[in-house]
Amino acid sequence: MSGHSLIPAPIAELPWRMLALVIFITFFGLLVLYSAAGGRLMPWALPQGARFLVFLVMAIAMSRVRPERLKEIAFPAYGAVLLLLLLVEALGFVGKGAQRWLSLGVVNLQPSELMKPVIILALARFYDLLPVGELRRWSAIWPAALLLGIPAMFILVQPDLGTAVMVVVGGVTVMFLAGLPLRLFLGGAAFLGIAGPVAFSFLHQYQRQRILIFLDPESDPRGAGYHISQSKIAIGSGGLFGKGFLNGTQSHLQYLPENHTDFIFATMAEEWGLAGGIVLILAYALVIKWGIGVALDAKDRFSRLTAAGLTTTIFFYVAINLLMVMGLAPVVGIPLPLVSYGGSAMLTVMLCLGVLMSIDRNTRRRSRGL
Amino acid sequence: MKKRGKPVLTENTQAFSFTRRAMVLGAGQGVLATALGVRMGWLAIAENEHYKLLAESNRVQERLIPPRRGWIVDRFNQPIAINRSSFRVDLIPDRMEKDPARVLAELTELLALTPDDVQRIREGLANAAGYQPVPVAENIPYDKYAAVTVRLAELPGVAPLRSFARFYPEGPAVAHLVGYVGTPSKEEYQAETRNPLLIAPGFKVGKDELERTMEHRLRGQPGAQRIEVTAHGKLVRELSTLPDRSGGMLPLTIDIGLHSYAARRLGDESGSIVVVDCQNGDILAMASMPAYDPNNFSDGISHHEWDMMAADERHPMINKVMQGLYPSGSTIKPLMSLAFLEAGLNPATKVTCTGAYRVGNAIFHCDKHHGPVDMHEAIIKSCDIYFYHTSLQAGAEIISSMARRLGFGQKFDLPVPTQRFGTVPDPQWMERKYHRKWEMYDTINMSIGQGNVLVNPLQLAMMAARIASGKALQPRILRAGHYPEPPALPVSAEHLAFVRDAMSGVVNSGRGTASIAKLPIDNVLLAGKTGTAQVRRITMAERNSGGVRSNASLAWKMRDHSLFVGFAPADKPRYACAVIVEHGGWGASVAAPACRDVLTYLFDKQKAMAALAPLEEQWGGSIAERLARRREKWQAARAAPKNDSDEPPPPTRA
Repeated sequence: MSGHSLIPAPIAELPWRMLALVIFITFFGLLVLYSAAGGRLMPWALPQGARFLVFLVMAIAMSRVRPERLKEIAFPAYGAVLLLLLLVEALGFVGKGAQRWLSLGVVNLQPSELMKPVIILALARFYDLLPVGELRRWSAIWPAALLLGIPAMFILVQPDLGTAVMVVVGGVTVMFLAGLPLRLFLGGAAFLGIAGPVAFSFLHQYQRQRILIFLDPESDPRGAGYHISQSKIAIGSGGLFGKGFLNGTQSHLQYLPENHTDFIFATMAEEWGLAGGIVLILAYALVIKWGIGVALDAKDRFSRLTAAGLTTTIFFYVAINLLMVMGLAPVVGIPLPLVSYGGSAMLTVMLCLGVLMSIDRNTRRRSRGL
Repeated sequence: MKKRGKPVLTENTQAFSFTRRAMVLGAGQGVLATALGVRMGWLAIAENEHYKLLAESNRVQERLIPPRRGWIVDRFNQPIAINRSSFRVDLIPDRMEKDPARVLAELTELLALTPDDVQRIREGLANAAGYQPVPVAENIPYDKYAAVTVRLAELPGVAPLRSFARFYPEGPAVAHLVGYVGTPSKEEYQAETRNPLLIAPGFKVGKDELERTMEHRLRGQPGAQRIEVTAHGKLVRELSTLPDRSGGMLPLTIDIGLHSYAARRLGDESGSIVVVDCQNGDILAMASMPAYDPNNFSDGISHHEWDMMAADERHPMINKVMQGLYPSGSTIKPLMSLAFLEAGLNPATKVTCTGAYRVGNAIFHCDKHHGPVDMHEAIIKSCDIYFYHTSLQAGAEIISSMARRLGFGQKFDLPVPTQRFGTVPDPQWMERKYHRKWEMYDTINMSIGQGNVLVNPLQLAMMAARIASGKALQPRILRAGHYPEPPALPVSAEHLAFVRDAMSGVVNSGRGTASIAKLPIDNVLLAGKTGTAQVRRITMAERNSGGVRSNASLAWKMRDHSLFVGFAPADKPRYACAVIVEHGGWGASVAAPACRDVLTYLFDKQKAMAALAPLEEQWGGSIAERLARRREKWQAARAAPKNDSDEPPPPTRA
């Protein structure tokens, strides 16, 4: 369909439908940030827009990288990010009660964020290397468990429960798709059901508190349940079409905490209502559907697992955040990718999309080549 | 190597398994996305109303605007209690978060609070019901108010407010007339079924006297203001305002000029002066001194100031006009004469006074040897022997009946919180109260207003007014448009004229006990009667050892009460007056001149003021100045190491 048009082939070849959705989501997010700042571009909307442009160019550039290259750098990249995680432990400073950031001069780097796509690449690479016959063996499990467990532990002790859960869930998804026996997962789920309460007792006080309050937010509406209560009030009071752009009271009068970061969906829902929420969820769903499509079309194991794993990472980002703001999951500090203000989550998602585009491009080139 | 019991895995089966599992994963994701949509729909549609309400109650706060309290004015609409615009600072204990000590320390510095204030605020915080504001400072200058306002963000729980403060221009002079206002107590808040107005910062209720009893008329209707606030309590904008309706004006029968003059004329004495209009019973003045400053009390007073008041033996906290009970002493004698006349006794009959009167084996004394006296002379010279003797002929019943008709023992229909109405003894009362028979000496004691006779100053004034007017007057303090004509007093007009004439003789004959009380006004004569009420028993031993001790040689609390009742003009009575000076000594020496000056004020203000000026100079300034000096002295004494001479200085004499 390209080739003969006026637009140069490399640009025409891009998956524009998906990119249009991503640009739409981000632009919608910029509108919400503009409103959350009281109808001003600063301090959030403008930097966020600029950052997005940089990351978009980066993602498009990544789409030119061949999956074979990615395959080669999977393990080194994993090693590098793991090292950064260690550095955070050693040098990281305490911010918001957690050691997560590594200050690199102008940029604050959050290595746990990078670990989300990198763990997918590493595990995909591992199962790519593993002979198919070995899949039912112990040797198909323990190296993967080790690859996954070490960074997960580091992130958990930071402490950042939300990211740790996302890294583990992303990794387990790759293991599941790689074809490990189903009983492993069923057994694992059963084990979690039993071990959960035991693990609960080892959690940090604030994490335990969050889970307890999630179960009954009204028990402490002025204290730790405040986030969830106010978020539900914002979403619920928005109604079908919302209170109108720039008219949200919960966010503008500061009743809603973190109204431009983790709880930005509630800020959006208050002003745009259920309609805005459905449109946003639908847009994310289409992006994820495209990602699953890329995975299903991919021709080799590494590409398949990587594409499916990265898509799942994006999905969990969105899903956990929405569950949280709607009061269906404890407050774990996961932002809404592309919409929440902040660079780390956006970088991760754009990295994921860049890799997905690269796999997509490779698949199409090969099918054209055949 | 283990043997494989499973189907052989190949690249193809693995790819197929991947597709299948990816589909499952995708389907799961689709289900979750749908669930999220449904959940959001539930929140935004099914529960929309509920959350809308919550968002609204977050956003909008109702703030009560306390109504301005109604003014209290005198008979000429001169202000007695008004409102002054003021800046104040309160603490809301509920909003103080975890560090009240730091907030209080900062306020202490910003507002220059005294240790007394800090102590009072601490106690307030400990006793407050959480939502109840604790007053920190009132009537503060604007710059201090502004200093608190700009630092509000760092001072959780601090509420600066522009409001109205009660102001009594005459200060202590009106304390026992109108009372004072104060922050509602926990009990008052609960008694009004938790009326939110009572916990509005700056709102005051009447705490005593008219401010308390007339609360319903003075309070007014609160206004309301709907405001939009941020989560941090910052005001965004006003949404709507319902204005307050201020309380009604309360016009009194009091002549505030006269009232203040009376209060000032009492000086440092403990006592009261009541002036009544003889035409209709209007109370023109009812001063009770010493008194607290209601302006200070309305701001919430410190513990120490309260202690100072409570420890004072002159009881500045008690309204002596309504609550002070005294033996009437000789002021009962005009009343007694009316009873004798009603009993049919001849006023011309003479009784010879030898200074002592024997009944059985008891001897009753008179202060002088008056010789033979008739009724007229007995009143003028206040001869006790005449009354001892004649009362035995009249009998106790007719005397008690006359006393009641003239207002003794009567509880008047007045809006005051407490009224002590004393005792008119008679044989039944004696039986009821002391389970004994009425004896002759009871009649004799009653004839000179001693023994069991107890009256309050208002009753004395009403007695004078009733004798003067011949009408059964009732005292009034609230001014109204229309009054019913008072009925005639059930006493013979002829008898009244006789007594009035004798009372004029007390002052004007030149032979009477109160010549000192002659009015310095041409053609206006004062009629009256002195009284000296004994508060201790004079023993035979004392009389034998060189005579009765002089008042000056006794401790203040042992001295006689000085009393005077009077009316003027003597021929056409217009004003009646009663003066009681506790432990003032001779009725003629202290109470009578006070009555003279107060009544002079009604006829010639300048002359009255001229008489007061040298007295006030001698006492050491105005009431407020003397009160301030006393407060300083008290604080200095408290700060100094305790010694045993805590007695206040003896009262200065006019």
